[in-house]
Amino acid sequence: MTIMSSLLSNQLFKRSGEPGAVVAPFVGLLIIVTLFASVGNLAFSETSIFYVSTYTITLLGKYLCYAMLALAVDIVWGYCGILSLGHAAFFALGGYGMGMYLMRQIGDRGVYGNPLLPDFMVFLNWQELPWYWQGFDNFGFAMLMALAVPGLLAFVFGWLAFRSRVTGVYLSIMTQALTYALMLAFFRNEMGFGGNNGLTDFKDILGFNLQSDTTRVALLATTAFMLSVTLLLSQAIMKSRFGKVIIAVRDTESRSRFLGYRTERYKVWLFVYSAVIAAIAGALYVPQIGIINPGEFTPINSIEVVIWVAIGGRGTLIGAVLGALLVNYAKTRLTAIFPEAWLFALGALFVLVTLFLPKGLFGLFGSLKNKLVSSKTSSTAEEVA
Amino acid sequence: MFRHAMNIRIIKTLSALLLALSISWVQADTFADLSAELTTVKLSKTKAVLEQLTETKDPRLLVMFEAMVEGNLYYQESTSELLVTESIKGVDQYRRLSSGELIDLSKDETAKVKVNNALRIYLRAEIARIQLTSEDADERKEAVEALYKKMDKSTVATVAELRASETDAGVRSAMDILMAMDMAKNGVDLSQRIEAVQFLTSSLEPPVRNLLIELADQVEEPKLAIEAGVALNVIEGKISFFNKVDTIFFGLSLGSVLLLASIGLAITFGVMGVINMAHGEMIMLGAYTTYVVQLLMPNYIDASIWVAIPAAFLVSGLMGVLIERSVIQFLHGRPLETLLATFGISLILQQLVRTVFSPLNRQVDTPSWMSGSIELNPVLFVTLNRFYIFIFALTVFAALVLILNKTSLGLNVRAVSQNRNMAKAMGIKTAKVDAMTFGLGSGIAGIAGVALSQLTNVGPNLGQGYIIDSFMVVVFGGVGNLFGTLVAAFTLGIANKVFEPITGAVLASILVLVFIILFIQKRPKGLFPQKGRAAE
Repeated sequence: MTIMSSLLSNQLFKRSGEPGAVVAPFVGLLIIVTLFASVGNLAFSETSIFYVSTYTITLLGKYLCYAMLALAVDIVWGYCGILSLGHAAFFALGGYGMGMYLMRQIGDRGVYGNPLLPDFMVFLNWQELPWYWQGFDNFGFAMLMALAVPGLLAFVFGWLAFRSRVTGVYLSIMTQALTYALMLAFFRNEMGFGGNNGLTDFKDILGFNLQSDTTRVALLATTAFMLSVTLLLSQAIMKSRFGKVIIAVRDTESRSRFLGYRTERYKVWLFVYSAVIAAIAGALYVPQIGIINPGEFTPINSIEVVIWVAIGGRGTLIGAVLGALLVNYAKTRLTAIFPEAWLFALGALFVLVTLFLPKGLFGLFGSLKNKLVSSKTSSTAEEVA
Repeated sequence: MFRHAMNIRIIKTLSALLLALSISWVQADTFADLSAELTTVKLSKTKAVLEQLTETKDPRLLVMFEAMVEGNLYYQESTSELLVTESIKGVDQYRRLSSGELIDLSKDETAKVKVNNALRIYLRAEIARIQLTSEDADERKEAVEALYKKMDKSTVATVAELRASETDAGVRSAMDILMAMDMAKNGVDLSQRIEAVQFLTSSLEPPVRNLLIELADQVEEPKLAIEAGVALNVIEGKISFFNKVDTIFFGLSLGSVLLLASIGLAITFGVMGVINMAHGEMIMLGAYTTYVVQLLMPNYIDASIWVAIPAAFLVSGLMGVLIERSVIQFLHGRPLETLLATFGISLILQQLVRTVFSPLNRQVDTPSWMSGSIELNPVLFVTLNRFYIFIFALTVFAALVLILNKTSLGLNVRAVSQNRNMAKAMGIKTAKVDAMTFGLGSGIAGIAGVALSQLTNVGPNLGQGYIIDSFMVVVFGGVGNLFGTLVAAFTLGIANKVFEPITGAVLASILVLVFIILFIQKRPKGLFPQKGRAAE
């Protein structure tokens, strides 16, 4: 990942002042890397140097899901100043939607062999499928729900919050309370989502075995594709008139309001869009990881996403994605070497980035470049004098 | 204790003095002789020996009689010494009645002291009498109350006899209830029984309720059944009232915890407009300080709490000042960044505690004066630790109000919270005030940790759960308003406990969260918003 970012840095940081200006080359690179990994996994034997292990494929898929989640947070935080500490809630809800579909696909291959009820329901002595589990055996319907439910939640929450002009830290803590409440709710067995254990033991998706290499590669490719689409779409949105209003709202909301914009409407729709992206990420995450449980709702997960964005540089789209990739790669390496050190490192990252890198790595490169340019111009000015 | 009981009689009759002295002088001999006789005497004559034994008024009689009723009284065949069997860790062991020490004997060397039903009735009455004549009024009352569940004719007769000479009002009323129960159950005259049933409405004891249920269900005396039903309704009404009081008490207790956890946050948030996400960890540090103080003074657990309170205030307060000076002051005017940075600090502190103290929960001992509970009546108990924490929370709150309203620090804090720039212009050193405010808020969080350590286990995640709740309290009450925080904490505490039996604990806290989210819609500035220019 570091190689990738260093490769790109020359291209990327030239135009970091324009939001999302550098999405296209990144998407190109993303597609190339995905192709490389897929071919490496499927076409080469394990002894070949081009071979990419299935573990790496899954890891890559996971990182890309996280990157998409970071993108969702960046859209609301970086472009609109809404610091959401509850985006993992939308991620997890999307994941549960996918999880419910995968659960229904198990059919009678579960431990209890019940053709209709998932194992945990048999275990809880439930007699029939709850109404909200109906229809989830249909992939299309399940995916619609996986996106619609988080979207609706974001709409209701956003409408309530933005209409009464809840902003700043208030809003942040409210979003945190939202994910906290959902976590408590999903931990309850009576909710019918598997309680503490969540949903797991998935067998196949759309008829393809989840354990097979081909499925894994296909999932990675889908994730990369969805990330590219959301990146390009987000760039288009931010360049549009809608995006300009959003940035105006971030900078001075009251002035935009006085100019006649219904700022709360802009914010609500942006929030919904962001929640749906998070939900897509969650829905793609679950089949690759193989489990979804209420732990995904814990407030710390949401806050971790914020730090990815902060490190990469908010309000840049690519910065959030690179931040997520970087931090998660570091996390994988560090937790393997010193499990204890990770929380220290994460905590220190929070403090250091907010203190010294308010604009993230993107901003750092940008300001370094500006300094270089200004010192050059000042020296030329001196020569002239 | 039996000698003490005798003393009461000494006061009554002077002549008894000599008698009592002579008894206690010869006691040792006669008790041993009589117990030896018990092992040989025929079953038909046993009662006479027991009566003689009773006369000795030996303190060991209670143990002996209880063992005999239960069939646990044995004797060593070789020496005729009385033994009591007792199951220690599942193994039956013999204990000398005379000295109470354990003795290693096999089953073949011992034989059981024989007992029959007639003797058991006599023994039960005597046991009751021994307990009922105890010196301590509480013990006497307990003995009477124990009889509610197993009354029989002879014990009731004993109680009726002792009722005449009883001096303690509490014991007397307990005895009255016992006698009324007996009358209601076994009385002959219907009107007397009805009267007894009516009298029983004054008691909340479960056995009384059971008796009334029994009487209400019987069909021989329809009138009595109706009366019992009425009495039962009265009692049920009282019980449900006291249960409500109990719920409110638990709500107040939860509210006092919330108050302690949130006033520190109310100060820092109110004055500086930043959410200190490490606030929960300040609480945790306070709890760990209590743990460390107890480790340092293991022999003075009762006093340790008085050391722990100032120590926790200092530890958390200094940590607060450190955080403010090293991080927060550089993030001034950027509340969201402050939130993130303090979150990072909270992660570091949690991991630090995990590394230093291990991730496992630590047990903090409760001082003896804080453990136990006061029984206000048979349905209503007040657990002492919760009661003291309630008082403590109010004290801390009062102290804080005094600091803010009566000291120059308080004046400065209020000035900065109302208008930072104006305060600066008037020569207040806002940087210093910020540090002091942060220290004060964090120190109070530390004190909250001391209180919490008495209620829950102390672990690295202790504080994490409180940050959201505390913030809810502050927002609900209105930022920058301490009385709002007080009202909000108790309202939320009681609301939580009222919902709990209906919906379950988890759903109750979810409902409260949803309620606050909706509440913010209507009153974004909380219950008691700041007025005037201070409000933006």
